[in-house]
Amino acid sequence: MNNSICHKTVRISDNILKALIYLSAILSVGILIGIIVYVAFRGIGAISWQFLSTVTYEMNNTFGILGNIVNTLYIIVITLVIATPIGIGAAVYLTEYAKQGKIVRLIEFTTETLSGIPSIIYGLFGMIFFGKTLMLGTSILCGCLTLTIMVLPLIVRTTQEALKTVPEGYRTGAVGMGAAKWYTIRTIVLPSALPGIVTAVILSIGRIVGESAALLFTAGSGYYLPKALLSHIFKSGGSLTIQMYLSMERGEFDSAFGIALVLVAVVLTINVLTKMITNKMKKGA
Amino acid sequence: MEKVLPLNKNKVIDNKREATAKFIMGSKRFSSFTEQLMETIFALCGFSAVAAVAAITVYMIISGAPAVFKVGIVKMLFGTVWAPTAAEPSFGIAYIVLTSVIGTAMSIAIGVPVGLLTAVFISEVADKKVAGIVKPAVELLAGIPSIVYGLLGLLIINPVMGSIERVLFADSDTHVMNGGADLISAVLVLAVMILPTVINVSETSLRAVPLSLRQASLALGATPVQTIFKATIPAARSGIITAIVLGVGRAVGEAMAIVLVSGNTVNIPFPFNSVRFLTTGIVSEMGYASGLHREALFTIGLVLFAFIMMINIIINGILEGGDKNE
Repeated sequence: MNNSICHKTVRISDNILKALIYLSAILSVGILIGIIVYVAFRGIGAISWQFLSTVTYEMNNTFGILGNIVNTLYIIVITLVIATPIGIGAAVYLTEYAKQGKIVRLIEFTTETLSGIPSIIYGLFGMIFFGKTLMLGTSILCGCLTLTIMVLPLIVRTTQEALKTVPEGYRTGAVGMGAAKWYTIRTIVLPSALPGIVTAVILSIGRIVGESAALLFTAGSGYYLPKALLSHIFKSGGSLTIQMYLSMERGEFDSAFGIALVLVAVVLTINVLTKMITNKMKKGA
Repeated sequence: MEKVLPLNKNKVIDNKREATAKFIMGSKRFSSFTEQLMETIFALCGFSAVAAVAAITVYMIISGAPAVFKVGIVKMLFGTVWAPTAAEPSFGIAYIVLTSVIGTAMSIAIGVPVGLLTAVFISEVADKKVAGIVKPAVELLAGIPSIVYGLLGLLIINPVMGSIERVLFADSDTHVMNGGADLISAVLVLAVMILPTVINVSETSLRAVPLSLRQASLALGATPVQTIFKATIPAARSGIITAIVLGVGRAVGEAMAIVLVSGNTVNIPFPFNSVRFLTTGIVSEMGYASGLHREALFTIGLVLFAFIMMINIIINGILEGGDKNE
C-alpha cells in the first residue's frame, strides 16, 4: 500500500533543509538580540549623569561625552541642511522633469554608484578635496560636506519613491486648474510626498550617527565644547563613533560600551520612528 | 501672452475676462522666469550625483597613481613586504589585496547561505506575524553602527579565537600568537555585517516570484521545501546574485568594524594569521603617514575604489539584463 495517496513519503532532505531555514532565521534574530542585550548589559554601568553631561578632563581623570554629543548634533544638522535640498531637488528632477533616456540612466547609475562606495573612500576623498583643495582642513564642516555626498543617494532614492506614490491625478488636476509645473510641485506634489521626505531625513540621521570611517580624517577627533556657535564648524570635532573608536584603541572598553549603548539607543529610536511614519503613510493611502 | 483670450464684443464681459486672464497669467503660477529657474536648479541637483562620482574618480586617480609609478607597478602590486617606515621602505601590497579578496570570499561563503535561508524563512515559510518580527529585526541589524560590531568582535569573538589558537598552535615555533585577532575573527564580523544586505535584497526578489510558479510546482507533486529550492530560488536567481554582489561590496569596503578585530599586521591571509585589509591599512596608518607612504596609502584606496567600481558595473549589468528578460 505504499503507493496510496494517503501515505506521505517523509523526505529526510526536506526536514534537514527546513531545519536549516529555521536555524538561519533564529541565528539572524539571535545575533541582533545578543548584540542589544550585551551592549545594554555592559554599557549601562558606564552611563551616568557625568558621562553624558561633561567633557573629558584629563586632569581630573574624568570621562564625558557631552562634547561628542554636541559635535554629532552639529554634523547631523549641517549635513542635512546641505544634503536635503539637493537630494529632494535631484529626486524632483528625476521624477517630474527629466525625460526617460540616457541622462536619467546616467544620474541613476551614478546615484547607485555613490551608495555603493564605502565610507573609507569618502573619508579619503573628503580629506583631499574638502580638506586640502578647499582648505577646510580637519574640521566639522569638512566632515559635513563629505557626509553630504554620502547620504545624498539615500535621500534621492527615498524621496523618489515617495514622489512616485503621489497619484498622477493630483498633477493633472493641478495642471487642469491652470497651475504651472513648479507651482504644482511646490503646492501639490511635495506636500503629498512629505511623509516620505521625512523618512528620508530620519534614515539619513541614522546613517550619519553611525558613520565613523568617513569622519576619522575629515572631522577629526576634538572633544571640546563649542566656544562660539558658528566658528565651531571650522574646528576639529569628533562624533560619538570616533570617540568610541579612540576609546577602543586605548582599551577603555567601559566608556566604549557606554557610547555603544547611546548609539544603539539612537538607532532603535530612529527605526521605531520610521516604522511609525511608514505605517501612517500606509493608513493614509 | 495677454492676447490669448479672444476679444469679445461685449465690453463688460471682455473686461472681466481680461482681468481674469491677467490675474492668472500674471500670478506666480505662470511666471515663466521662475519656472525656468526652478527647472535649472532641479537639473543641477540631479547632476550633483554625476559630478560627485566624477570628482571622486578623478581625485582617487590623481592621488593614488603617483606612488604606483614611483615604486613600480610590479613591485607594488606583487610585492609582499609592506614596510613603509623602514630605512629602506618597501611598498608591496600583494598580501593586503589578497587578504581583502580572501576575507571577502570567506565572509560571503558564511553570510550568504545564512542570509538566503533567512530570506526564504521570511518570504516563504513564516506566517505573517513571525515574518513581521524577523524582518524589522534584520532592518535593525543593518542600522547598528559598524564601530559597535567592531567592539563586539573585539570582546566576544577575539577571546574565543584566541583560546582556539592557543590550543592549535601550542607546539608551533613559527606561528606568532595574536590573541585571536586574526582573519577568521574579521571574517565572522563581516559575515554578520553583510547579513542584512543579503537578506533584504534576496527577500525582495523571492517575493517577486509569481505565485503561479509555486502553485505549478506544488501541483506537480513537489513538496513545499522542494518548491522553494527547485522552483522559487532559481526563479529569483538574478535578485539573489545582486544580493551577493552587494554583499561583496559591503564586505570589501568595511573598515572600522574590522580594524581592531583583524590584528592589523601585514601577513599571508591564513585563517589564524593576524592580517591587514585594504580598508584597515588606510585607517590605521593615514593618521601619521607622510610623503611616499601617504601616497602609497592612497594607492591602496585606489585599488579598493577599482574593486568597488567593478562591483557597481556588474550590478548595473545584472539589473539591465533583468530588465531585458522581463
